Amino acid sequence: MSRIRETFARLQAEGRVALMPYLTVGFPERESTLELVPALEAAGASLFELGVPFSDPLADGATIQRSTQRALQNGITLADCLATTARLRERGVRAPLLLMGYFNPLLRFGIERACRELAAAGGDGWIIPDMPPEESAELQAAATNHGLDMIMFVAPTTPEPRIAEIAARASGFIYVVSLTGVTGERQSMAANLGEVLQRVRRHTDLPLVVGFGISRPEHVAEVARLADGAIVGSALLAHLEQLPPDRLVPGAAAFVQQLLGT
Amino acid sequence: MIPGSAESIGTGRFGPYGGRYVPETLMPAVTSLEAAYQDAAADPTFWEELDHLQRTYTGRPTPLTFAARLTEQCGGARIYVKREDLAHTGAHKINNALGQGLLARRMGKRRIIAETGAGQHGVATATVCALLGLECVVYMGTEDMARQSPNVFRMRLLGAEVRGVASGSRTLKDAINEAMRDWVTNPDSYYLLGSALGPHPYPTMVRDFQSVIGREARAQMLATVGRLPDVIIACVGGGSNAIGIFDAFRDDSEVALRGVEAGGRGTVLGDHAARFLAASPGVLQGTYSYVLQDEAGQIALTHSVSAGLDYASVGPEHAWLHDTGRATYTSADDEEALDAFETCSRLEGIIPALESAHAVAEALKLAPTMHRDQIILINMSGRGDKDIFTVADALGVKI
Repeated sequence: MSRIRETFARLQAEGRVALMPYLTVGFPERESTLELVPALEAAGASLFELGVPFSDPLADGATIQRSTQRALQNGITLADCLATTARLRERGVRAPLLLMGYFNPLLRFGIERACRELAAAGGDGWIIPDMPPEESAELQAAATNHGLDMIMFVAPTTPEPRIAEIAARASGFIYVVSLTGVTGERQSMAANLGEVLQRVRRHTDLPLVVGFGISRPEHVAEVARLADGAIVGSALLAHLEQLPPDRLVPGAAAFVQQLLGT
Repeated sequence: MIPGSAESIGTGRFGPYGGRYVPETLMPAVTSLEAAYQDAAADPTFWEELDHLQRTYTGRPTPLTFAARLTEQCGGARIYVKREDLAHTGAHKINNALGQGLLARRMGKRRIIAETGAGQHGVATATVCALLGLECVVYMGTEDMARQSPNVFRMRLLGAEVRGVASGSRTLKDAINEAMRDWVTNPDSYYLLGSALGPHPYPTMVRDFQSVIGREARAQMLATVGRLPDVIIACVGGGSNAIGIFDAFRDDSEVALRGVEAGGRGTVLGDHAARFLAASPGVLQGTYSYVLQDEAGQIALTHSVSAGLDYASVGPEHAWLHDTGRATYTSADDEEALDAFETCSRLEGIIPALESAHAVAEALKLAPTMHRDQIILINMSGRGDKDIFTVADALGVKI
């Protein structure tokens, strides 16, 4: 059983929602991710989306753009993200670790090599926002071959026949984009989120994990009623930007506990 | 290939290049655009209306001019110029903007998003939106806004909202990112992409709307000179004017096709936009093509004196024309382009756009090496009024 399946099976048995923080690797400092992930896992986070910085993140809003610019200034490459994954495992992190990034750095690194090295590092899968299923055959084959999940997206704009096709190819979980837009904090969750999730649920038994716009404890609670997991990215990164360096790790952990209401 | 034939829409792949690498949120918008274009392309009344507007609004066909004094100075091949600078709004960009504008109206769209580099596509889009009564938002890098301020003012006069983009290199690439972010937020808007770039169907559709340049030029060459040119030269940023003039000559194997990229201020990565000199295949902004990038796959910064050529990738069909050898690609640097700008102005009374000046520069190099009975055809993709401040600055003149 994959680490992702095991995690959701355990959480479902316990009746808990999975909180999946998004952290740009190498933000705010080059080594920050190595401290943040274990602390957030201890604080109750269940899976991690580790952002591979890219110069042109066209699905991301201002907060994640700033964080990836900073990470690039810190010299972070895909190779560093793979090394970070391995080092997190050495530090005893047990939660699933997924690398999230745009396709070009992965393509440049080599699809087969990237999958082989991610699996060897103890990573669990890829989240590639500019890679629709139509273009993903090669990456999906390599990922499967190395026991990795390639996470598929469903958006509010995805028509139902297409949801069925996506669900048929998906593994791990389905990333449900909560709104039409880029990543970033929002005041409230989209009104039609429940409806979108029901539409996806009709076509899959895979866990549904909601991302984009989740910023507050009440958002996480709302997602907990409707889906299996909640991704928090921009709100967390914006919080990290506010913290003094010596309060970074405990401050981030407290933010996660607050989101989970624990 | 005739626009209007169903097969012209194709699969979105040119050899291995092209495709559609966009977020899931946009996939339905991209596929419905493909279906709408397929439908329009098969409808003769769509092309009739476009043709009518091209004649009565754009001023097509644009002339073919014999450049007698440039020819004389070079002392080699005879140089002809296809005058897209004389199209309404001063560049070839209106051909695509008009075609896509009619398509947007046919799809019932009310809000148009566009990006612009030199501002020519932004002006063309703002113009078409005024003509068709559509709302228009144009994204433009703040660096480009500074060097193309006349075009910013023109867009605003035409009723468009111009939004400055201050991220990255603050040029065309960043404007496209921001336009795509707007589109992902407003998938009911129509994204009027200005070059033969981006996800399928844009590279094909933009080529089809620009191919009027080559169809006219081919007929004009045959009618006035009685033969086809030996070489066609066009500048290549995204590559829409080049693919527009190349397309009609694709099967004329005796006609050499030559694209000219921006050599900028040097050959170090970051100092130029010569993709075929230094780039490798990659994915940027929805398409697989040649991309200027570093070893980690980060997109490189680019530089060119001309905003319209200052882009890290190139249209996927050019990548395939390059690999197959059907077209060859070379570059002219900033200095050569500025020299050609002045030479063309003084000898022909034609002030070329700085983009087009790169094509002129290549012609000035090539013509002396050719025989007097040979012919070069330059695509004069735009006029240079917008560039006078940049050129004055480069010449150290205060205006």
